[in-house]
Amino acid sequence: MYVGIDLGSRTVKIAAWQDGELIGHQIRESSFDPHKQSLEMLAGFDPVRVVATGYGRHLAHKHFAHEMITEIKAHALGARHYFPDCRTIVDIGGQDSKVISLDEAGRVTNFQMNDKCAAGTGRFLEIMAATLGYSLDEFGPAALGSAAEASINSMCTVFAESEVISMKNRGVPPQDIAMAVHLSVVSRLVGMLNRVGYGECIVFSGGVARNPCMVKMLAMKLDGVRVVSPAHPDIVGALGAAIQAGRN
Amino acid sequence: MVEFEVKAYPELWQELDMDVERFDKARQMLGNAYAAMYLSQRNRPGKMAYFDTMIAEIHGGRVQELVDAKKEGRPVVGTFCVYIPEEVVVAANGICVGLCGGSQGSIPDAEKILPRNICPMVKSAFGFKAGRICPYFQAVDFVYGETTCDAKKKTWEILDRLVPTYVMEIPQMKNKRDKALWLEEVKDFKAKVEEVSGKKISEDDLARAIKVINGKRLALQRLTRLRSHNPAPISGKDALLIEQIAFYDEPVRFAEKVNELCDELDDRVKSGHGVLPADAPRVMVSGTPMALPNWKLHHIVESAEAVIVNEESCIGTRYFKDLIDEDRKSMAEQLDVLTDRYMRIDCSCFTPNNERIDQVIKEYRQSGAQGIIHYSLQFCHTYNIEEIRIKEACQQEGIPYLSIETDYSPEDVGQLQTRVEAFLEQIRG
Repeated sequence: MYVGIDLGSRTVKIAAWQDGELIGHQIRESSFDPHKQSLEMLAGFDPVRVVATGYGRHLAHKHFAHEMITEIKAHALGARHYFPDCRTIVDIGGQDSKVISLDEAGRVTNFQMNDKCAAGTGRFLEIMAATLGYSLDEFGPAALGSAAEASINSMCTVFAESEVISMKNRGVPPQDIAMAVHLSVVSRLVGMLNRVGYGECIVFSGGVARNPCMVKMLAMKLDGVRVVSPAHPDIVGALGAAIQAGRN
Repeated sequence: MVEFEVKAYPELWQELDMDVERFDKARQMLGNAYAAMYLSQRNRPGKMAYFDTMIAEIHGGRVQELVDAKKEGRPVVGTFCVYIPEEVVVAANGICVGLCGGSQGSIPDAEKILPRNICPMVKSAFGFKAGRICPYFQAVDFVYGETTCDAKKKTWEILDRLVPTYVMEIPQMKNKRDKALWLEEVKDFKAKVEEVSGKKISEDDLARAIKVINGKRLALQRLTRLRSHNPAPISGKDALLIEQIAFYDEPVRFAEKVNELCDELDDRVKSGHGVLPADAPRVMVSGTPMALPNWKLHHIVESAEAVIVNEESCIGTRYFKDLIDEDRKSMAEQLDVLTDRYMRIDCSCFTPNNERIDQVIKEYRQSGAQGIIHYSLQFCHTYNIEEIRIKEACQQEGIPYLSIETDYSPEDVGQLQTRVEAFLEQIRG
């Protein structure tokens, strides 16, 4: 058995890989001590080789992982497992959003990441949901209930939050504000996709892919493009790392 | 960790009217950073010892030399740009020193006065003078400024309140009349240096100076050629350091020490001894200059087991790729070839600037690199926009390419690590 571990900024993900199949996975909060958390999670597995990815990959590589790869490569490997022909991947992570472009063989040819701030990331959505009083699970469905075309203009998390608060105080319905927040993230993603270039099918990975409004708005803004996600979008990176472990 | 200290010269600093207490803290931080980033490197050439000493003496020994020179009546000119005709200063028996401008620490001082949305190099440099925390700024007769970008040319007006600042107009095109303008500017600059030194520059003086600076540039060219071998005989970090020191060391001594190092690197090349194995990814860096101690990108790349083999930058090949013909006898001819040489600099302030696009591709081939990282400081508009054309040229040539825009702060190091490592994965295939 091979294990991939993705030490993200918000959660630690583990994927176990054997004979070309995902045979198990686990997701937990990163906690204050991601190293300890990782060891506890790994205790349930008995891998011959561990590959780490994510922001904590250097820490993991220093202490217990045999190898580390970047999230870019991990997502490429993981996404191709589910969608062997895909050439474009969008991943919204805790503190980064990424757009990755692959060649026919699945090699990374180009990628983009957000700049050094939380604009357009999962964390951005979390903060906006909390400001509006939604849980993360409610946030996307609530936005889908809006038919309005409200927009927020600021991409800076702090300024966007004050914009959201002033919209609330003007009496704009919360689902309309929720929709505006989603659209602002999507427009940023579309900007990155345009820079990198994209094919007719985009794999959406990372936990935000479970948000139905994000998926719908992304497909709508990229007319004619199919946006697909695997059953467990959160573990695509961990799965990619596990696949890499099996390669060596 | 290896012990390393940037030496303290409190009396000298006092004499230079520095903020001694604050500067001493900066000194300790620089020493620690240097030990961590430089002295921990594996397979370092032994002849790097001289350059380690130059860092240990950066706030003292070298500064003392400047102060002593000034006492002898020699002019000391502070610079920020490779567009200064330093031959003219050397001809007057003067000294050119690159000023401080590569550190986050001085930026808050600058932001008390300057706008925040300008490039970190201009802010850092201004802050060093405003905070009295750069001995070079304190030691110069005047600062030489130029019009290569808007942030600089307007900052000189404000900087002039703190230290005399002489500004030359750099042309922005390369037509005949632009060269004529530049020649006039060089003549005025010569008169200015003569005024400060109280000495007329003769043909012999200028001929000697051209030889001295050619010697420095030749040594740096030799170092760059040696880096093109695989495995690389020296790290990119060490080479960058040498290129940075080129701006403040005594030129004859510096050339000698670079050549001694190159002799050692020659032996390494012959025996196939490198700083990393031959299969380590080889990366070229292109873009805006990295003033000392800006080692951020090089450190990130080389900590990921890759090697930087070339800097297409003002701290890099743009500074030393062109020489001046040494065989001209009359002052008019000398100034003519000197002017020509400076007009060949392919700074992004020029438009059009096709020479630079060709130069990047040429250096990529010559250096045996496997990918290019374009490095641009935030708000450095000319480089940031020219990046579009560099990117297109790389796409056309099938060269793996990554563009980075950053500043001196450590806040994006984690993100840059991810991007650089992903780029190296791309190169490794």
